[in-house]
Amino acid sequence: MSNKVLVTATINDEEMSFVCEPRQSLLEVLRDVLNLTGVKEGCNNGNCGACAVILNGVLVNSCLVLGVEINGATVTTIEGITPKEGLHPLQQKFLEDAALQCGICTPGFIVAAKALLDKNPNPTEHEVRYWLAGNLCRCTGYDKIVRAVLDAAEVMRAEKQPV
Amino acid sequence: MQAFSYVPARTISEAAEILAREGDQAKCLSGGTDLIVFLREGRRSAKVVVDVKGIPELNQLSYSPKEGLTIGAAVPCHRIYNNAQIAAAYPGLIDAVTLIGGTAIQGRATLGGNVCTASPAGDSIPVLIAYEATCIVASRSVTKAIPLEKFFLGPGRTVLQPSELLVALKLPPPRPGTGAAYLRFIPRNEMDIAVTSAGVAVVLDESKTHFVGARIALGAVAPTPLFVPEAGAALAGRPVSDEAIEAAAQAARAAARPITDMRGSAEQRKHLSYVLTRRALWKAVERAKSA
Ligand SMILES: Cc1cc2nc3c(=O)[nH]c(=O)nc-3n(C[C@H](O)[C@H](O)[C@H](O)COP(=O)(O)OP(=O)(O)OC[C@H]3O[C@@H](n4cnc5c(N)ncnc54)[C@H](O)[C@@H]3O)c2cc1C
Ligand code: FES
Ligand code: FES
Repeated sequence: MSNKVLVTATINDEEMSFVCEPRQSLLEVLRDVLNLTGVKEGCNNGNCGACAVILNGVLVNSCLVLGVEINGATVTTIEGITPKEGLHPLQQKFLEDAALQCGICTPGFIVAAKALLDKNPNPTEHEVRYWLAGNLCRCTGYDKIVRAVLDAAEVMRAEKQPV
Repeated sequence: MQAFSYVPARTISEAAEILAREGDQAKCLSGGTDLIVFLREGRRSAKVVVDVKGIPELNQLSYSPKEGLTIGAAVPCHRIYNNAQIAAAYPGLIDAVTLIGGTAIQGRATLGGNVCTASPAGDSIPVLIAYEATCIVASRSVTKAIPLEKFFLGPGRTVLQPSELLVALKLPPPRPGTGAAYLRFIPRNEMDIAVTSAGVAVVLDESKTHFVGARIALGAVAPTPLFVPEAGAALAGRPVSDEAIEAAAQAARAAARPITDMRGSAEQRKHLSYVLTRRALWKAVERAKSA
């Protein structure tokens, strides 16, 4: 039954090759084959955003992508957003603003927010809320999450200012 | 998920060859936001999944005021609404593609997939019908064009044969004086399936005081997306007025033949057909006037 396929992709700036079955989702491949367990499974049907990754610059839910579909592609997960030392401003602000409780939704929110801020460094609250509508959180409530994203955006804009 | 083999097709003929050979055990994969869920839940089965995203014709997105709009069946929603020229020429289409799922769904979901899933509530379909979209369908031997309103047979069922694939949707250039809009009713602002929806396109005369014609289609009020030609006919030649729009909205309500399910009652859907048609028509008129 095993008809494994060889796939090569750039994941978090590193070229990686792995074998997987066509029926395995990108989510399963990231977690179970590549050990990138920052990406979370919530619903496994596209509704919660816990499994969000950036694929060729576009935000997607990895539970709705097949592992074999990423051959030749570029993927960024929460591990790739985390700097070698310290925290990304989004991670820092999620902590400071208490924008998480159990944390299952957090990687998805941060990856989704990163994709937004890459495109739009100065979003309105309304834009943040619409962009994150596909990410669900069962414990924290959305106000703190939206606040953290807006605060992180401010930090990131300041960091970009020429000195 | 059930086991299958995966073929990233590079040409229409390669894909059509597999579809002809494997019949309904081959499934086209576009954005996968329906197919992967269907396969995982066992609602569809496949021996071969044919990825059609690498086929150039299915990835084409082109617009010119003379030729109109060609949307390859595998073009995801985000490419459509991030194209400023298309957004300006077809605002009613943008209403629809910006409310299919959330951002991450729009990064993958395609109109080809939306049309081929053939949900009566498929959000792109009513306004595509209003814009006179045509489906370009190919098999191993022939290519044909089918008006979108003739594409659907029932929930999840289309005229597409197992040996055929959808290549693209073609929309004619908007005529001078065109305005269009799509509205859906859901209990929250994002991420839900339409209880009822209305897609409309109007053409106003040069003075923008009279309707030349209109096309109106409804979602989630029949076994298929529902084209209502009599609602559009109620506007032709009449002054832009409450009375004319009221008559069209009444015709939409009369045409709706909804069921009651967990999302809404038949009575509510009838009422929504009327309200959404009326509101979408006024929005389309505004757009036609400001274009
Ligand atoms: C969380 C979530 C939210 C959603 N929200 C909405 C919503 O608000 N509104 C809405 O309308 N839909 C919604 N959907 C459903 C889905 O996203 C859309 O129907 C989408 O447009 C499907 O496109 P796709 O490219 O992902 O299709 P796929 O999943 O790739 O394909 C869908 C079907 O079409 C067939 N197919 C695909 N391409 C072709 C082709 N070229 N030729 C022949 N057959 C083909 C496939 O075999 C499959 O049966 C949602 C789905 C999810 C998971
Ligand atoms: S696990 Fe992928 S969207 Fe919920
Ligand atoms: S912090 Fe628990 S789901 Fe969001």
